[in-house]
Amino acid sequence: MINGLNLLFQFLDSFAFVVLAAAGLAIIFGIMGVINLAHGEFIMLGAYATTLASVRLGLPLVAAMLVGMVVTALFGLLVERVIISGSIPNAIGQRVAGRDLMEPLYDRLADSMVATWGLSLIMVQGVRITLGNSLDQIGTPLGELAYGGFSYSMYRVVLSGVALGVLVLAYLVFTRTEFGMRARATIQDEDTARALGVDTERTYAATFVIGSGLAGLTGALYAPTVTMVPGLGGSFLVEAFVAVVVGGPSVVLGTALAGGFLGGINALVSNLLGTTAGRIALLVTAIVMIRFLPDGITGFVERVRARRQEGGA
Amino acid sequence: MATETGAGRTDPEPSGLLGRIRGRLEGPNTIGNSRAYWAGFAVAVAALLVYPYIVGAYQASRFSLFLVYAFLGLSLSVVWGYAGVLSFGQVVFFGVAGYTFGVVSVNFATPAGITGAFLVGIGGGALVAAVLGYFMFYGGVRDVYVTIITLVSTLVLHTFMAQTAGDQWTIGEAALGGFNGMPTIPNLALGVGGAALVISDVMFYYLVLVLLVATYLGLRVLVNSDFGRVMVAVREDEDRTRMFGYDVRRAKLLVFTLGGALAGLSGVLYAAWGNYVSPGVFELAFASLPVVWVSIGGRDTLLGAVAATVGIEFFRNSLGGEWAFVTVGALLLVSILGLPGGVVPWLDRTYRNLRGGGTTPPTETTDSTDPEVTEA
Repeated sequence: MINGLNLLFQFLDSFAFVVLAAAGLAIIFGIMGVINLAHGEFIMLGAYATTLASVRLGLPLVAAMLVGMVVTALFGLLVERVIISGSIPNAIGQRVAGRDLMEPLYDRLADSMVATWGLSLIMVQGVRITLGNSLDQIGTPLGELAYGGFSYSMYRVVLSGVALGVLVLAYLVFTRTEFGMRARATIQDEDTARALGVDTERTYAATFVIGSGLAGLTGALYAPTVTMVPGLGGSFLVEAFVAVVVGGPSVVLGTALAGGFLGGINALVSNLLGTTAGRIALLVTAIVMIRFLPDGITGFVERVRARRQEGGA
Repeated sequence: MATETGAGRTDPEPSGLLGRIRGRLEGPNTIGNSRAYWAGFAVAVAALLVYPYIVGAYQASRFSLFLVYAFLGLSLSVVWGYAGVLSFGQVVFFGVAGYTFGVVSVNFATPAGITGAFLVGIGGGALVAAVLGYFMFYGGVRDVYVTIITLVSTLVLHTFMAQTAGDQWTIGEAALGGFNGMPTIPNLALGVGGAALVISDVMFYYLVLVLLVATYLGLRVLVNSDFGRVMVAVREDEDRTRMFGYDVRRAKLLVFTLGGALAGLSGVLYAAWGNYVSPGVFELAFASLPVVWVSIGGRDTLLGAVAATVGIEFFRNSLGGEWAFVTVGALLLVSILGLPGGVVPWLDRTYRNLRGGGTTPPTETTDSTDPEVTEA
C-alpha cells in the first residue's frame, strides 16, 4: 500500500517535471517551427532571477517567482527581436547598409537549433562569469507530507498541481481567446492568415514571449529544489525535448500525454531499479517511440481517428 | 586559370596522370577546383609538416588534438553537409570507439593488440552507426527526428557510462571507471612484434597529419563520385531521388556508417592522444562542438569542416579560460545568422567574384554554374 502511494507520488513528480519543462518549448516549436535549444538556459534564468530576487532583494517567495517569470519573458522578447525574427539587426542593417542582415529563423529547424545552441553557450558561460559557479539556494517551502512511516515533500505535490494548471490554462488560451485563434490560424496556413489580416509577426513574438515566460515559471518553481549552478538547464532541456517529440503536433494534449507516459515509465523504473535506470529507461523509450510513431502520440491518435472516420463514412 | 579548371572538370579527356588524378579530386561538390587552390593546399600541408620544428614537440603534440578533432568535423560534414542528415550524435561513435580502443588495448597491451584495438575501435564506431542508422532510416525516421534520436542517444550513453564506477563494470583488465573514465590507455602502436612502432609525441602528430590529408583527399574523391552525387541528391530532394530509382535509405545508411567510422577514427586517436577517455565525451557541450565547427566552416565543404575545426579549437584553447565558450557561442550565432552557408563558401565566392571582375566574362559563367548545382 505504502509502495503504491510512493509510486503515485513519484509519478506525479516526474509528470510535473516533464510537463513544466516541456510546455514552453512545445508552444514555441508548435507555432513557430523553431526549436529553442536555449530553453534549458531560459529555465536557468528564471531560477536565477527568482533566487536573486528572494535572497538579495528579500522579496517573499511568490513575488520572487513572479520576478523570475517576468524577467525571463522580457529576455525572451529581446531574443525574439534580435535572433529569431532578426527585426532589430535588420532595422540596423537597413539604416547602415541599406539591406537586411539576416533571414528570420521561423521554420528553419536546423538553423534555429544551431543558433539557439550558440545562445545557450553564451548564457551558461555568461552566468558563470558574472555570478560564479554556484549560488545560495532558497529552502524548499511548505514542509513535509507525512503518512505512516513515510514522508513526502508537500512542495512537490503542489508542483504537480501547478503543472496541471499550466496545461488547463494553455488549453484555454489556445481555444478560447483571440490570440489562440490567431496563433492556430498561423500554424494552419501562415500566408492565408496574413492575407486575412493576422499580424503573424506579432503572433510569433507573443508566442515566443509566452514560451519564455513558461520557461521562467518552470525555473522559478524549481529554484528551491535544484542546485543553483549555471548548467542546471541541461537536465530540463533533455526531458522537454523528448516530451515535445513524443507528444507530437498537438501542443497541449501532446505535452500532457507525453508527460503522463514518460513520467509513468520514469517513476516505475526508478522505483524498481534506481534513478539512473529510470532516466535511461525514459530516454530509450523516447528513442523507440520516435522510431515507431514519428508523429508522436497525438499524430498517431489523429491518424487512427481519420482512419475510423473514413471507415464509418 | 579558372577556365582551364572548368575545362578539366567537364572534359572527360584526362591530360596525363596528374590531370587524371585532379579530375577525380575535383567536381561540383567541392570547393577549390583550381590550380591556385592546390598550390595553397601544398603550402598549407608543407607548413603543417614543418610546424613541429618551429614550435617544438610539446606544442606539436598539443596541436595534434585539433587535427584529431578534424576527423570528427569531417564525419559530420559528410553526414549533414552532403547527405542532409543532421546528426547531433557523432560523439556517440567517437566515444564508443574511444572506449572500445581503451578496453581492447588495456587487455592486449602488445603492439599487435593495440593495432587490433585501433581497427576494432574504428569498426565499433562504424558498427554502432550502422545499427542506429538502420533503426532510423529503415524505420522512416526523417528530418529533425533523426537529430533528436541521435541527441538522445548521446545522453543515454552519458547517463550510462557515468554510472559504470563499480567493479562489475570491469571488462577483463579494463575498468570503465564511471565519471572518472579510463585513465591508463596505452599509446598508439602499429605493427606486429619486432616490426612494431610505438607512436607518441611528434610521431603521433605526423601520423595524424598523414591520415588527415589522406582522408580529406579520399573524401573529395568520394563526394565527386557517382555515389557523392546520390548523397547530394538525397540532401536536395529525398522524394525526387527515390522517384529516380535510387535507394535513399541505403544511401543514407552507407553515409551514416561512413560517418560513424570517421568519428570512430577520431575517437580512437583521441583516446590514444590523452591516454584517457571519460563520459565527458558524451556531454551535450561536447556533442555540440562538431555542429559548431561544421556550421561555421560551411557544412557542404570538406575544407570548411577541417579548417574550422582546427581553427576554432586552436582559438578556443589559446583563448582558454572563461571567455572561450562565450566567444564560440557568439561566433556560432553570428555565422549562422549572417553567413548561413558558412565562412569557407563565402570566402570562395568573394575570391571568385574578385577574380571574375578582373578577367574575361566567360570565366565567370563557367564558374557560376557550380554553386547552382550544389545550392539549387
